Amino acid sequence: MSDIVQLFVSGISTGAIYALAAMGFTLLWQTTGTINFAQGEFVMLPAFIMLAAMNLLDVGLLSAFVISLVVSMVLLGAAFKRALVDPMAHHGVLPLIIATIALGIFMKEAVKTFYSAEAQPFAAFAPEGAMRIGPVSVSIENIAVLAVAVVAILALQLFLQRTFAGRCMQAVAQNRESARILGVPVERMVLYTFLINAALATLAALLVTPTYLAKFDNGESLGLIAFIAAIVGGFNQMRGALAGGLLIGLIDNFTAVYISTQYRHAIPLILLIVVILFRPQGLFGRAEERRL
Amino acid sequence: MQVSHSLKVWALSAGAGALGLMAASAVVPAQNAKTVLMINAIELSGGGATVGTNWRDAVDMAVKDINGAGGILGRKIIVKHFDTQSKPGISKAVITKALDEKPYVVLGPIYSSSTKVNMVVTRRAGVPHIVGSEAASITQTGNPFIFRTSFGQSASMPKLANYLKDEVKAKSVAVVWVNNAFGKGGRDNAVKELKARGIAIAADISTEVQQADFSAEVVKAKQSGADVLFAYLHEEESARLLIELKKQGYDKQIVGETTLTSQKVLDLAKDAANGVKGHVGLTADANIPAIREFARRFEAAYGRKPDHNGIKGYVAVHVVKEITERMGKFDQKGFADALHCTTITTEQEPGVLMDISYDKNGDVDRASFLVEVRDGKQVVTGVLPKLGNAVGC
Amino acid sequence: MNAQGFKRLALAAILAVAILAPLGLKNYGVYLLSLWALYAIAAQGLNLTLGYAGQISLAQAAFFGIGAYISALATTAGMSFWLALPLAGLACFIIGALIGFPALRVQHHYLAFVTLGFNVLVFLVLRNEEWLTGGTYGVANIPRPALFGLSLGGPLAFYYLCLALLVLMTAMFWHIVRSPWGRAFAALRDNPERAASLGISIVTYTLLAFAIGSAAAGIAGAAFAPLVEYIDPTPFTLSLSLAFLLMVVVGGQGTLTGPFIGAALVTLLPEWLRWTEGYYLMVYALAVMVLMVVCPSGLTGLFDMARRRWERSP
Repeated sequence: MSDIVQLFVSGISTGAIYALAAMGFTLLWQTTGTINFAQGEFVMLPAFIMLAAMNLLDVGLLSAFVISLVVSMVLLGAAFKRALVDPMAHHGVLPLIIATIALGIFMKEAVKTFYSAEAQPFAAFAPEGAMRIGPVSVSIENIAVLAVAVVAILALQLFLQRTFAGRCMQAVAQNRESARILGVPVERMVLYTFLINAALATLAALLVTPTYLAKFDNGESLGLIAFIAAIVGGFNQMRGALAGGLLIGLIDNFTAVYISTQYRHAIPLILLIVVILFRPQGLFGRAEERRL
Repeated sequence: MQVSHSLKVWALSAGAGALGLMAASAVVPAQNAKTVLMINAIELSGGGATVGTNWRDAVDMAVKDINGAGGILGRKIIVKHFDTQSKPGISKAVITKALDEKPYVVLGPIYSSSTKVNMVVTRRAGVPHIVGSEAASITQTGNPFIFRTSFGQSASMPKLANYLKDEVKAKSVAVVWVNNAFGKGGRDNAVKELKARGIAIAADISTEVQQADFSAEVVKAKQSGADVLFAYLHEEESARLLIELKKQGYDKQIVGETTLTSQKVLDLAKDAANGVKGHVGLTADANIPAIREFARRFEAAYGRKPDHNGIKGYVAVHVVKEITERMGKFDQKGFADALHCTTITTEQEPGVLMDISYDKNGDVDRASFLVEVRDGKQVVTGVLPKLGNAVGC
Repeated sequence: MNAQGFKRLALAAILAVAILAPLGLKNYGVYLLSLWALYAIAAQGLNLTLGYAGQISLAQAAFFGIGAYISALATTAGMSFWLALPLAGLACFIIGALIGFPALRVQHHYLAFVTLGFNVLVFLVLRNEEWLTGGTYGVANIPRPALFGLSLGGPLAFYYLCLALLVLMTAMFWHIVRSPWGRAFAALRDNPERAASLGISIVTYTLLAFAIGSAAAGIAGAAFAPLVEYIDPTPFTLSLSLAFLLMVVVGGQGTLTGPFIGAALVTLLPEWLRWTEGYYLMVYALAVMVLMVVCPSGLTGLFDMARRRWERSP
């Protein structure tokens, strides 16, 4: 019983981190048709910005997080959009895919060369140890990660649904042209999605790096999982990316314990293939399709 | 259609240019009769960058020491480092390229899968090849040119199993291993040796290279009810596992083989590593003056403590020196013959740091250590003597 | 000279360079050229899927791996390489058709997602099913073939084998692209709706393109195994599939020479950029990004653009 609870908590807390990355991924897809193959590196880099801030400026984790948030929003949000996505707006999906693959390689190599090829320890933002609730023992850090991620996701949902800017962004995501006709400042809304993606990635970096350690190649597996989560959940739905992330986190953990460790990565992929064959709009996506 | 004409011309000239430039880049510097060339093909990037960098720096240090004392038989060593990027495919390309320079010996790599590709090439070229890999299968192919500098798994795992049976008094063990040539070889040997001593395998947990999330592994290990968790992973994954074990409040004994208690893991896992016990073939913390001195000088030169891979690299170069001087000439075939079934003592060559014996397969026998991590430091708690059963000698 | 004659001349000249180049090279150079030839074959296969049928496949490395394992296991068990080679191609053709059919039934770029999943699954099977593939221990001592009693074991002889395969496969693709099939592919790529209205079955032709493209990777892989002589699952991961995709797009998708250039970049560029030392991959990645921004049709497209500029200037 205790195991199942612990497994559920750790599954859902890693799932929440996947969801953060997957939601950003979906946002970029919805607004600009960007399939960001560098999404994993978008989570890896902010961790190193935090490390650099802590080491060079000698600030605490919280200040480092704020610095990283700003730098990431500038670099991975605005600059990424301006320098790479905007000029390729009319080139179709494939060239941009290639460019983001190259961007991912570039970011990995830059961190490796200019920071370190070795993994770096990273301070946890939550206290260590396990918490006992009756017979059940769960990690405090897992709970804290889950709590922060849930707050962030709720805040994002509230922003998208309750604020004017949020609703404009949704309008742009659904149909760019009609949004423009309705007078929505499309360009600014698109910029917001890039900034939000960078912010989500920075938050994911804060949550994930204490256990994953900071390493230049951390993005490889994380990016792939975010990608899979986004497709499984429904490529055209934020809610789908959220559900997809949580689901993959849970499935991965339960698979490793109850089915097979050697094939643990296979189960989400088999799910991916089954979803594509039988429910191509994703488990939680709407059937209205978007041409690629 | 004019368009496609010149397109092809461009393509053509680019292709020709590419080939031409490549041809020009393959020119080889002539080897001087006053020097001897060693090739060090090692992990300088990718997953093995940490271990490979330690090895490379120690090789450089050994070469400097030897050259400072006059070289080998009066010839100065020139060492060239090549990066395998921790990938077997790159490693194959690198070693092919390196052998075009006609080295006397080849050192490295450490990753077993890269070694297995490279040793085919060095064998065909007849170049002695000293590696830092531990996979048991490497020395079991009858390759007369391959040698280790540390225990293979078929030597380390029996020692570890004895330790678990006699000292830890384990009844059941959960084995967590990385699923590649290194980890699978270790797991297979460990399971065989543990079963032979009546110790049950309560959980057999495979993990991935570069795996980041170990929460399910820890739950599975807890669930198995094993008295002891044996972890056989690379450095970073080891640290992540230890952090996760602490996070979930794992309270059973954690045991490792060499890697788990290495300096890199301790640096990364910090206090999550406290209380971990293990068997190590080589350690910079061994209470042996020569090793202490090596570690001190290494730290002075490179600003960090060496791990066992550093010691391996340092020893490898000195093994080459001693065997060559015994022969009194540079003879690759003779070198390979002379290094089988032989012992090099520290009186003969202080640079080997500890007495080292080779069997007929190129496997190593040497004393080894039991260690425990206390306050983030590795503490040697015991010394295990040589196995003393060199194969076929 | 007409366009077609010119193309032929260009290809003949590339061939002449490819035949003569290794004569001045050491083993390493010859090894790189052999690798180039095999990558070019797999890239050409992907080019058919991508450049002509407009579908992204992210499983080219998986098919390359399947081909390599079939050849490695068959030849170490005593089968002739000359049997194993077509067997590897055939097997990849069938597997490609099997996974392509359901994915292409659903339109859009879902083939990309399915093949991505397939590539990771293939890696896991290669690594975990030790009874069949040797697992992480891999397959060692893969023999190099002989032809009519003549050993192709030496680096140079083996290179010419790879080159011969490349020539054969290029001829085959040349033929496909120029056949009624190929014209159907082109029609598909340029205007799928119109092609459909002309009675061209989109699904059948894209499926065929994908299966043939996969078979090419299988054949390249089958020769890769004896080239490296030892294989384990590590080369055949998703990152190699992404590298193949880069080769085709950077070289120039939908052109016959594009894959040659793309493959040459990946195998030879590290040699060119040796002076940059550790910065090589960064320079490469940066160059790819700039290229995609400036000219998404790849290097062949860039040459083309440069020529037009040049012609227009007085």
